[in-house]
Amino acid sequence: MESPAINDLNICIATENGTGSASANNILFKAIFKMGIPCSSKNMFPSNIQGLPTWYQVRACADGYMGRKDVIDVMVMFNDATAAKDIYRVRDGGLIIYDDSTPLSPNLKRDGVQYLGVPANKLIQKIVPASPLRTKQRNMIYVGALAYLFGINMETIKEVLEDTFGKKPAVIESNLICIEAGYNYMKDKGFTQTMARLVAIPNGNKGKIITDGNTTCALGAIFGGVAIVSWYPITPSSSLAEAMEYYFPRLRKTKEGKATYAIVQAEDEISAASMVLGAGWAGARAMTSTSGPGLSLMNESIGLAYFAEMPGVFFIIQRGGPSTGLPTRTQQADIQLMYYASHGDTRHIILIPHDMKSSFDFSRRSFDLAERFQTPVFVMMDLDLGMNLWSSDPLVLVKEPFDRGKLVTAEQLEQWEKQGKKFRRYFDADGDGIPYRTIPGNMHRHAAYFTRGSGHDSDAHYSEDEKDYKETLDRLRRKFETARKYVPEPIIETADGAKTGVICFGSSYEPVREARDRLRLSGVKTDHLLLRALPLTEEVREFVAAHDRVYLVEQNRDGQMAAIFKEEWPELGAKIGSVLIYDGLPVTAGEIVRQIKAHEANLRERVGEWRERKLIASV
Amino acid sequence: MAGEKVNRISLTEKDYQGAPTTMCRGCGHDAISASVIRAFFESSVDPRKVIKLSGIGCSSKTPAYFISQSFGFNAVHGRMSAVATGANLANHTLISIGVSGDGDTAAIGLGNFCHMMRRNVNITYIVENNGVYGLTKGQFSATADKGSVMKGGKVNDMPAIDLAELAIVMGATYVARSFSGDRKQLAPLIQGALAHKGSAILDVISPCVTFNNHEGSTKSLKYVKEHLDPIHDVDFIPPYENIEVDYEEGTDQDVELHDGSRIILHKLGRDYDPSNKMQAVAAIHAAVAEGRFLTGLIYYDPTRPEFIEDLNLCETPLAELGQDMLQPRAELLDQINAEFMK
Ligand SMILES: Cc1ncc(C[n+]2csc(CCOP(=O)(O)OP(=O)(O)O)c2C)c(N)n1
Ligand code: SF4
Ligand SMILES: [Mg+2]
Repeated sequence: MESPAINDLNICIATENGTGSASANNILFKAIFKMGIPCSSKNMFPSNIQGLPTWYQVRACADGYMGRKDVIDVMVMFNDATAAKDIYRVRDGGLIIYDDSTPLSPNLKRDGVQYLGVPANKLIQKIVPASPLRTKQRNMIYVGALAYLFGINMETIKEVLEDTFGKKPAVIESNLICIEAGYNYMKDKGFTQTMARLVAIPNGNKGKIITDGNTTCALGAIFGGVAIVSWYPITPSSSLAEAMEYYFPRLRKTKEGKATYAIVQAEDEISAASMVLGAGWAGARAMTSTSGPGLSLMNESIGLAYFAEMPGVFFIIQRGGPSTGLPTRTQQADIQLMYYASHGDTRHIILIPHDMKSSFDFSRRSFDLAERFQTPVFVMMDLDLGMNLWSSDPLVLVKEPFDRGKLVTAEQLEQWEKQGKKFRRYFDADGDGIPYRTIPGNMHRHAAYFTRGSGHDSDAHYSEDEKDYKETLDRLRRKFETARKYVPEPIIETADGAKTGVICFGSSYEPVREARDRLRLSGVKTDHLLLRALPLTEEVREFVAAHDRVYLVEQNRDGQMAAIFKEEWPELGAKIGSVLIYDGLPVTAGEIVRQIKAHEANLRERVGEWRERKLIASV
Repeated sequence: MAGEKVNRISLTEKDYQGAPTTMCRGCGHDAISASVIRAFFESSVDPRKVIKLSGIGCSSKTPAYFISQSFGFNAVHGRMSAVATGANLANHTLISIGVSGDGDTAAIGLGNFCHMMRRNVNITYIVENNGVYGLTKGQFSATADKGSVMKGGKVNDMPAIDLAELAIVMGATYVARSFSGDRKQLAPLIQGALAHKGSAILDVISPCVTFNNHEGSTKSLKYVKEHLDPIHDVDFIPPYENIEVDYEEGTDQDVELHDGSRIILHKLGRDYDPSNKMQAVAAIHAAVAEGRFLTGLIYYDPTRPEFIEDLNLCETPLAELGQDMLQPRAELLDQINAEFMK
């Protein structure tokens, strides 16, 4: 008999949404976390409130990889609607746990896996009186069953229940009874499995936090001094604004109990973006959060902010598009929509967090960049980062003064005038493309100017003059060039003598890390560059130039980021191979390895073909 | 200039002028700009505390043609209400005046306009209503009356949106209608709107002399003049002027505004109470049915709090708060980290 894998286990729980499984899954995940085992969770939920299938994967991984695991070791089959497919999702040699209150229908049997039945419906009928609560608590049964089978002790579960429901002893008790019922049933039946064991690691997760990227973005913005938030509900971004609604009152009240913030649920995304512009123009740090459909609607306003030069931060939590697409699945397919948002020639600054700490930090810094460059700044997130729970080191507030950019006060204007200098709103005095800015309320006689999205000259006067127009467009491009020196630089990891590079960004980072380790074990050494912003910087160019080939991993069909690379450096374009993952599920290391290996094989074939052709030609 | 009249902050009416207009000669919009200038001058508003906002259209260009010492923001088509909301949240001590057109407000920007009023955002919002899209050369707008004829002969068969009625229903708290050519009525109504805290909507009929001034149009200069139906004559009395007006019991109505200023409404033939919402809506309906333009202060509600009060904003404008007020202490982040460990 194989010896059990220690702390290496991927459990997939199939349920119907709206049945309270989120609560059960959460308890399971947190219990494993509390044991000190590195673990992650991925929630694949439907765009629906009740009755559609949902899958939740909890991965324990001794090696600390947080990406989704390719193979499912255990399937908790609690949704009849998907059972016929679910039995094949689990790997050979895997385990299926099902509700055997009624006998398993023959079409749900397959070879090569172990079945363990737990009569959840029957057990729950004995414990919980008929009520909506009963369906919910039925899910607690599998938590208990899994706990017994894999070695999560009940003390840990109790602690998690206390952390979760702290002030409600009755709720703790009622959940505990159900979990114990599942646990004891397995025990009494003498059920066992030999594939894996969870073994507590003392202090294993000590000092670590569990949170999601939407929450950390919300906190980053609050600590970054955002004063005005305007948003319109849309998955997967709503929980960002909702986290702000939750934390604002606690973090941003004056001694007198007054708000130093305004958060407004707008009537649509056009309004949300427009409010951000009005607020940014009037001198406050302002933001909105949305996903693809909202970003589509915001395009006109974003163009105005770009052309008339107003700060504003746009958090984009990407989901599956186009159109309504897959609202509850993850993608990185709005890269170009962000980068080139609006009609006309536009390009925008994009910050790309890849984990909890960077989403907090970039969120905070985005407001500095928006004010420094007087332009829309995007924080590019995706559903996997934004809505899944991630374990992380604690968030750190880097203490540095807000960068308000080239904001001129009335006193400064007074000084300027004494020196014979004039305030010219759109004049490039410093050669970096960034003009000086005043804000309404500035009481200097010459502070006011007229902001417009139509043609204007350096003094903010209406102009249809071709020279003025071209000068404005060129200066905006100059400003964008300046931004290259201000955006977060990439993080590069090198392996000795690697000729192959891998580039990724955002939520692909964890699975790429795992994939590179696997590639190394199979003899392919790779260097890595974690891209953290657009515009692209010189370090990125050097990285591509220094490698024979570079694999760019992104979560869309068309290689949107690769296209930006190729537009920027056409001469390097041939080196870039795309690894494209766009099924809407969080990326797995296995898929990355598979695609890179396929590329390499192709490459060998192509080199062979080329040699042959060359030989023929030379004959 | 010697001998020129100055206001309480020693500015002349000229100091409230803007860049030379680019409107067609005789356009109603220019006349409205003149009333705006008059109102700001008469109310001694400091131009440095004013923000001028607009959308897109001929009308929306006009903020460039008054008070050049103020900040201006010419937004995109239909979005002024939302931009103004954001600006108001950032700095509620500024005096906002928005100018829009009937296309900008009643079509593309209708949703945002309604929600601005629903929030009762503090603003003086003037719709320069000509029943057409001036800037795109004469298409019907959503305020064109049913049966009104386009320059090319096409007849409008859609009912008009009545912006004053809409404003009352959507929660605006100061609703007036006037006519671009009636400065005597319009200027004091604008002064009242400036003194009011909340959404003050002025639907000002403003004939487009180029595209909608022909026979058969119900927004031509001639037609409008013939069908004006003022409810009352309007006088504005600023808070600092403690003068006794010729106030006639039963004939005049005294409306007190938030800053202590007053509007005196001199009755013209009928009893009218602008604080009565149902009566206001009924009066509009009756006038529309008879093809009259009811003008004057149609509706007024001083009781509804403005948006920033609902939001419990601190006194200092959000735009003026420093990092000490905007960035919570690091210990608070530590606390949150500790909660995330559970
Ligand atoms: C998104 C968008 N669609 C269309 C236009 C074209 N456009 C410019 S002004 C205008 C109508 C303006 O009409 P109104 O607001 O009544 O102003 P007026 O010119 O009559 O004063 C339109 C449709 C635009 N600028 N933006
Ligand atoms: S087209 Fe009409 S609305 Fe526009 S400026 Fe001329 S008269 Fe005025
Ligand atoms: Mg019009």
